[in-house]
Amino acid sequence: MVRKILDWLDHRTGLETAVKNFMLEEIPASSGWPQVFGSMAMFFFLLQAVTGILLSFNYAPTPGEAYKSLQYIMTELTGGRLIRGLHHWGSSMMIVVVALHMAQVIVFGAYKKPREATWMVGIVLLLITLGFGLTGYLLPWDNRAYWGTVVTTQIAAKSPGIGDYLTRLLASAEGIGVVTFARFYAMHVMLLPAAMLGMMILHVTLVRRHGVTPLPGDTAPKKKFYPGQVFKDTVAIFIGFCILMTLAITFRAPLEKLADPTDISYIPRPEWYFLWLFQMLKLFEGPLEVIGTHIIPGLAVGLLLMLPFIDRKKMQRLGDRKLAAALLLLVAAGLGGLTTAAIRSTPPSAAHVEGADGPAWTELLPAELAGLGHFRKQNCMACHAVGSQGGKLGPDLLQLPQKRSIKEMVEFFKNPQQLRPGTNMPPVQLAAAQLNDLAAFVSKLDASNADGLLQTPRSVAEGAVVYQNNRCAMCHLANGTGKKLGPPLNGVGQKRTRQWIIEHFINPQKLSPGSTMPPYPLPEKEMAALTDYLMQLP
Amino acid sequence: MLPQTESSEQPSRRRFHLAVIYGLWALIGAALAIPAAIYLLLPPKVVRREEWTEVGDIGSLTLMQPEEMSFQRVRKDGWKLITEKTTAWVTRVSDRDVVAYTPTCTHLGCAYHWDEKNKNFLCPCHTSAFGLDGKVLSGPAPRALDRYLVKIDGSRIFVGGVKQGEQAG
Repeated sequence: MVRKILDWLDHRTGLETAVKNFMLEEIPASSGWPQVFGSMAMFFFLLQAVTGILLSFNYAPTPGEAYKSLQYIMTELTGGRLIRGLHHWGSSMMIVVVALHMAQVIVFGAYKKPREATWMVGIVLLLITLGFGLTGYLLPWDNRAYWGTVVTTQIAAKSPGIGDYLTRLLASAEGIGVVTFARFYAMHVMLLPAAMLGMMILHVTLVRRHGVTPLPGDTAPKKKFYPGQVFKDTVAIFIGFCILMTLAITFRAPLEKLADPTDISYIPRPEWYFLWLFQMLKLFEGPLEVIGTHIIPGLAVGLLLMLPFIDRKKMQRLGDRKLAAALLLLVAAGLGGLTTAAIRSTPPSAAHVEGADGPAWTELLPAELAGLGHFRKQNCMACHAVGSQGGKLGPDLLQLPQKRSIKEMVEFFKNPQQLRPGTNMPPVQLAAAQLNDLAAFVSKLDASNADGLLQTPRSVAEGAVVYQNNRCAMCHLANGTGKKLGPPLNGVGQKRTRQWIIEHFINPQKLSPGSTMPPYPLPEKEMAALTDYLMQLP
Repeated sequence: MLPQTESSEQPSRRRFHLAVIYGLWALIGAALAIPAAIYLLLPPKVVRREEWTEVGDIGSLTLMQPEEMSFQRVRKDGWKLITEKTTAWVTRVSDRDVVAYTPTCTHLGCAYHWDEKNKNFLCPCHTSAFGLDGKVLSGPAPRALDRYLVKIDGSRIFVGGVKQGEQAG
């Protein structure tokens, strides 16, 4: 019965015959494990397509929305983190596999006559793969995406002769916004997949036309692709897939803070496979910069494309390809060295995955941190949940129906019943300035920082309360707010000892003669908390 | 589907190869299909609690005379909380009591209206008719009108979650 249906299908479509012809392709007896990387590359591309489509089902491709929807995918959808992880780490796997595939072809001299065209199409496939990485980098719209792409578009703008046109094409003349984003997205999900698919078909057709490259002297009778080689390909793909799964499950794909064009402290770094390029730029300055940004990469691509015409010698046994192997090692060492240098020069704050850049509270203004102090003292979490922690009586503060202004929140804190009849929330018994701080803190809370902020050391938040109560900001600058009458306080913990700060509060003039700071003989507990806060303020 | 070959491989080796090929691809397929299905089919983890929203004043209603009242409601839509305008058909059924129906027909979701002449709710799409009590009088509607939970505070009417209407007998 099944046979009958298959025969009918084959007669009308030729499907079975086509599959048979494909699978029973004859390959040299000498092919085996080194030839698995082409199939692997194809598998990982298809996997990227599958995970990419799954992501797009819950992704809004505009700045801002993109970030929120990705956050939604990663925190609210079951399995979303895994899918994003597979897509994120899958791009790296793809690069690794493509590099291995190329290395194998180079070592075997498989690019030589008559396979020049196959090789050149392969180089185009490599460029498309890198294009995927470059365009996909912007799509999460976090700080990493934004600043990384700023650098990319600036480099494109400096292209000799065509810089202006590229800038117009990328719509990046006045910075990166909705139009640039739309174009990167269109390239990533429309142009590049179509190009990749077409080129892949061409590549495979050419491979089939010329056959897999045999080792020189391989005169043994040919064997079939299926099942011997398919078995090896499958095992290799499975191993690669397991590695990817492990990466996706173990390492959370990065999602940093929402892209912030005003965040001048952000140090952008490209994806690891572009780090060597990034590092090379440092070697060229001023008018020579174009050497690093365009000439060397351009030459490299040109050399790769022309490789079959440069190395025209007949096929040799592997052992005799010493020059090719040496050159390959040299290039690998160069790329490796540049990449290592780039990694070593990356300050820890730029190399971080979310949460790794210092405690979350160091981002807060003194007022917001003091708000956290009040938040704890008022025991807000007895009723309110913050994500997975806290009580269930009141609404989850991460899920408030509307974003309220600080002013509205303060009014609400003063008299909840008036603004929301029937609520069980009691009025918050704090002074007006303190209510302001509390509201500032609550409005700062979101899903990305809540866990980190709630881990703030108790004394640090209390210290910020003391800082606010004594109006330190009237003279001092901390985290960018306050006046500059006195010295700025960030980093004071590196300059002074704890004892010095305490003594300085008690008698400023004794330690810094001529200082106009009044003495602050604070109660012991407040003194300790305030000093804790100052000592840890980075 | 896959070809039988007259290969030179030993049968046992060939069987092993085939088993591994099919087995590993099945594993890969399952490892992708199961998370994908979960990701697409399971509801989001964070569910918003229903809230009470004020729709109007009971004093403005005439006994047994349905009134369409509009109000703002906050709803979670994917990754967003949206504020949208929606309506309820509110009928005062006694001095202190009202019923409020959601504004769409239980058949295929068209907006119905109050037919003053026949004293029933009439859907313009497939002429389902509902009585004041929400029950299906005629037409293809499968169940009575869906109701909002209602709370009266003083003279103010609040609506909350939606309760599905009973299946038409």
